[in-house]
Amino acid sequence: MKLDRLLFGDNQFFGVNHMSEEKARQSAMRFQDTGAIIDVIDSAYAAGVRSFMCTTHDRIAEVAEHVRTHPDRYDGFTFLPCMPYAHKYANAVTEHGMLGALRHFLPDEGYLNAAMRGGRAFAGKDVDGLVTLLVDSEMKMFRGLPTPVVFLQNVVVDLLLGLRFDAAFSIFADHVRSRYGAEPGFITMNLPLALDTLERAGVENPIVCSNMNKLAFRVSGGTAAYDEVLATRRFRPIAMSVFASGAIPAREALEWVRARPQIESIVFGASSRQHIEATVDLVQELWGETIAR
Amino acid sequence: MIRIGVVGAGKMGISHLSILGAHPSVEVAGVCDSMGYLLDVLEKYTGVAKYTDAERMLDTADLDAVLIATPSASHVDLVGAALDRGIHVFCEKPLSLSAADSMRLAARAAELRLVTQVGYHNRFVGTFGEVKRLLEAGAIGRVSHALAEAYGPVVLRPKGETWRSRRTAGGGALYDYAAHPLDLLGWYLGEPVSVTGAVLGRVFSAETDDEVYGTLGYADGANAQLSVDWSDESYRKMTTRITLWGDHGKILADRQEIQVFLRDTATVPDGYRHGWTVANTTALTRPVDFYLRGEEYSAQLDHFVHAVERAKRGETWDAVNDFASAAVTDVVIERFLHPDDAIARADEPSPRGWRAGRAARAARRSERHA
Repeated sequence: MKLDRLLFGDNQFFGVNHMSEEKARQSAMRFQDTGAIIDVIDSAYAAGVRSFMCTTHDRIAEVAEHVRTHPDRYDGFTFLPCMPYAHKYANAVTEHGMLGALRHFLPDEGYLNAAMRGGRAFAGKDVDGLVTLLVDSEMKMFRGLPTPVVFLQNVVVDLLLGLRFDAAFSIFADHVRSRYGAEPGFITMNLPLALDTLERAGVENPIVCSNMNKLAFRVSGGTAAYDEVLATRRFRPIAMSVFASGAIPAREALEWVRARPQIESIVFGASSRQHIEATVDLVQELWGETIAR
Repeated sequence: MIRIGVVGAGKMGISHLSILGAHPSVEVAGVCDSMGYLLDVLEKYTGVAKYTDAERMLDTADLDAVLIATPSASHVDLVGAALDRGIHVFCEKPLSLSAADSMRLAARAAELRLVTQVGYHNRFVGTFGEVKRLLEAGAIGRVSHALAEAYGPVVLRPKGETWRSRRTAGGGALYDYAAHPLDLLGWYLGEPVSVTGAVLGRVFSAETDDEVYGTLGYADGANAQLSVDWSDESYRKMTTRITLWGDHGKILADRQEIQVFLRDTATVPDGYRHGWTVANTTALTRPVDFYLRGEEYSAQLDHFVHAVERAKRGETWDAVNDFASAAVTDVVIERFLHPDDAIARADEPSPRGWRAGRAARAARRSERHA
């Protein structure tokens, strides 16, 4: 499966901005109606972008429903879900405690099946059933839509890395492949450690998305360590935060990425048609390939 | 290599466990929790040694240090048990629910020359550290007023199921949220001499506070206002913000960004100018070797680990957020429960801790004036 050069991200829609709370709040206001999100996605589609890398936020369910009901307008458009939307779980843990939160999120659909898988898992202290249940509950919103890659979010990947909970990665990878026919992807702030762990867990040539930028912003362990794994390890790198939330001018940021030919794709967020088109134009120029269709 | 045990495998405990697990100088020697199920899963998949009795872990796991992330009401006994055994302690905030207990623990740890640290992670946030640097450089001159805020979406409905919904267990916006901006105020302005106009309001909770407001007064005439609300879901996650007004300018800071306005009268530090200067976390944050949820969480544990290594070699260490510092924050927290302008009520027990603190401060003041 080939990854598109440009993947459209969704942080900008949900009040995430690593530079400014003010900007984050402004964008939360601007995008509080899902129609405003869809308008921007339509601009990205018109500019030739076909991959939408999105959190499993409740609002994304509305975007998915829109695409599902207008298939003629979104030929070739794919969702690359990133799960879970962590704040939903973190807030639930604060409110209900660890196990309370887990119960809260077990799906009601196919209740008997869920209870069987979850119940057996609970009794055997076996996480396979729980992991697959949680994945299925997050994937419900994408039914009937193409999801070629399914990502595990960095907060979960990185938590599991530190805990050395290797088995969770292979359980996730196997389930995503077998049930959804999708490639598993892993988002991390700790690329070298993630590669070591995924290798131990038996996940071969994994798709791994991590911060890579000229400022070394959230490049844990430093650029030299990242350059070394790019040169020596077998994996499919996706770069995120290449502009470091706007701290690096676009051309300078993308030239830095272009100098690392191993990087297959770039995730970028943008809130306006002009910004999307400018990014597409710059990538076409620097990579010498066509994105606009 | 230092051996650390973790007590409490809740949200913070698990996060600390992961950061310690990734630290090259740390061996996680055990995890203790009262909830056996989660421990069984961790043991089965990660091989970590599990305990359900903290004292047993302290006695048998051959620990250099322990990290305590249990509900706050249990901190005093657990910290005391660790200190008694000569074990260095990192404790989640607040250190305890009683200023007197916190001061006693701080004194005990100092006497035993043990490394202590409390999880006030904001002191490891790049922007908040820059504020401290600017204040020490006198960039905005004498601070006359501060506003310390924290907002976020914790309690959004009446029914609470965990310890966080009961003040007696250490739950509530005062202990859980206000502790952070109060700790930053302590870092920037020192210990206040008065707390007045304290409001511990309820939005949803039945057994604790959801909002905290009040005014802190300082010996030099400065004052600060605290505004905290943990039932505000217009914030995606906890947001802590500090604003400081001084003779020569003002500073606004949150985790992402610091905005500094300097008057013409200000002596301008390197990298700043008269008028506005804005700096972001992208430039101010030092990278960490392992990242989970924010650089500050790794940075604070890395600091603790290095301090314990130095202590083990018989060297001195640089204390940040030690028990003595956290005890000052606990004194202020307690004063919000018993503010200076409160009308005495017969049904409330007398607040021992802060009166002792107030007496000590009065003594210091009279020394200064003598």
